[in-house]
Amino acid sequence: MSSRATFATARRVLWQIRHDPRTVVLLLVVPTGLLVLLYFIFEGRPGTFQRIGAPLCGLFPFIVMFMVTSIAMLRERTTGTLERLMTLPLGKADILLGYGIAFGLLAAVQATIVCTVGFAVLGLHAAHGAWLVGLLAIGNALLGMALGLFASAFARTEFQAVQFMPALIFPQLLLCGLFVPRDQMAGWLHAISWLMPLTYAYEALAHATAPAPLGAATAAEVLAIAGFTLAALGLGALTLRRRTA
Amino acid sequence: MVAGAAALTVGELRVRRGGREVLHGLSLEVARGSLTGLLGPSGCGKSTLMRAIVGVQIVDSGTVTVLGRPAGSRELRSRVGYVTQAPSVYGDITVGENLHYFAALVGAGGEQISRATATVGLGGREHELVGSLSGGERSRVSLATALLNRPELLVLDEPTVGLDPLLRSELWAAFRELARQGTTLLISSHVMDEAGECDRLLLMRDGELLSQSTPEELRGSTGERDLSRAFLSVIRSARSADGPDTDAT
Repeated sequence: MSSRATFATARRVLWQIRHDPRTVVLLLVVPTGLLVLLYFIFEGRPGTFQRIGAPLCGLFPFIVMFMVTSIAMLRERTTGTLERLMTLPLGKADILLGYGIAFGLLAAVQATIVCTVGFAVLGLHAAHGAWLVGLLAIGNALLGMALGLFASAFARTEFQAVQFMPALIFPQLLLCGLFVPRDQMAGWLHAISWLMPLTYAYEALAHATAPAPLGAATAAEVLAIAGFTLAALGLGALTLRRRTA
Repeated sequence: MVAGAAALTVGELRVRRGGREVLHGLSLEVARGSLTGLLGPSGCGKSTLMRAIVGVQIVDSGTVTVLGRPAGSRELRSRVGYVTQAPSVYGDITVGENLHYFAALVGAGGEQISRATATVGLGGREHELVGSLSGGERSRVSLATALLNRPELLVLDEPTVGLDPLLRSELWAAFRELARQGTTLLISSHVMDEAGECDRLLLMRDGELLSQSTPEELRGSTGERDLSRAFLSVIRSARSADGPDTDAT
């Protein structure tokens, strides 16, 4: 691993994004647009908007980066650029970190916009500071990126990769507690929710936006996010094979 | 031959892909500083052999030694350059950005970027998106990225397919010049008229090496002036040596 190769890779990924202004606009505008939509859907029910909207500000980057990374990595695999990179003096960690830096920066911009609109314009409250939601959003973006990277190994085509969104992300959104509190779910659903990375991302955001003081539970959730991210990166690295059949 | 003088030694290489054996115990040797042509029809295993040489192919048995090291060794990654048949560059960034990225990976600078761009005839087109180029131009970008750091061994898979004849001859002159300066080149082609440009020829068919010789030796041994006909004659004599046609499996 070398910092030169890592930063070169991050820069190259940012170049790719920069040449695709429509994707940039979609990345930056769509989450905020959805949040505004929620605001009007729950007009007159500010409690519900707060309960769903505030954590969602920090979950958007997770969802978006999962998709973007799984497609981007799949392209590296199918266009032969990954095989090319594997013959060059750069480590797998350079590729993973390079993507992490580039998408982390993008997630930071995305989170800043959606948090600014949500907390300063639409009247959402972040009891422990919007900045904490923003930081969690970046952490969640990296989690989404790591999972997307791993998932990309199981897709042969972009059609398949796109289907991972409803297959792998929707169940996590439904079970994480965002729509229905987890303790009101059937026991087996509750048990499954403990295994899902997004549950910890949501819980941390719920704690960050609620007035109750932050405690060990939140710290544990942040650790769980980091743990899932590292595990997914490790598994993702295993799928970056130097030799293939 | 002095030990270590060969840039590349392949011994009894067997490779299966998709349940089918595509290389059947291939052995060959390539001398340092030589320009070697790997010739044979499409699907004969040229690309698989090249993938094995650069260490990205899972092999079943046999040895591949590159610059004195097992193929795919970490330290070979900065000493061996590889260009795949399908251009492996990023279509969504410009020519210049592609070159800058690959240059950063191999530690090459601005001067090397300009030289590589000029060699493939893309000078002045650095700001164009690779995705908007023609197929041949994209291959040239891909080729340029492999010329950045002057690797000791260059493995080029069909680098001149679909190119303008003038550019093709310029590229072959550039390959010759690289070989003169000490780079070992292994270049595959299915076009026999490029065979005359090589120091040595490896003729492949159906996963077997039919002959390794210089163009002159090939002409002499077959009695054919035309290398295309010489290759045909080698195939015929290989078949008659095998007895009845063994193609059907």
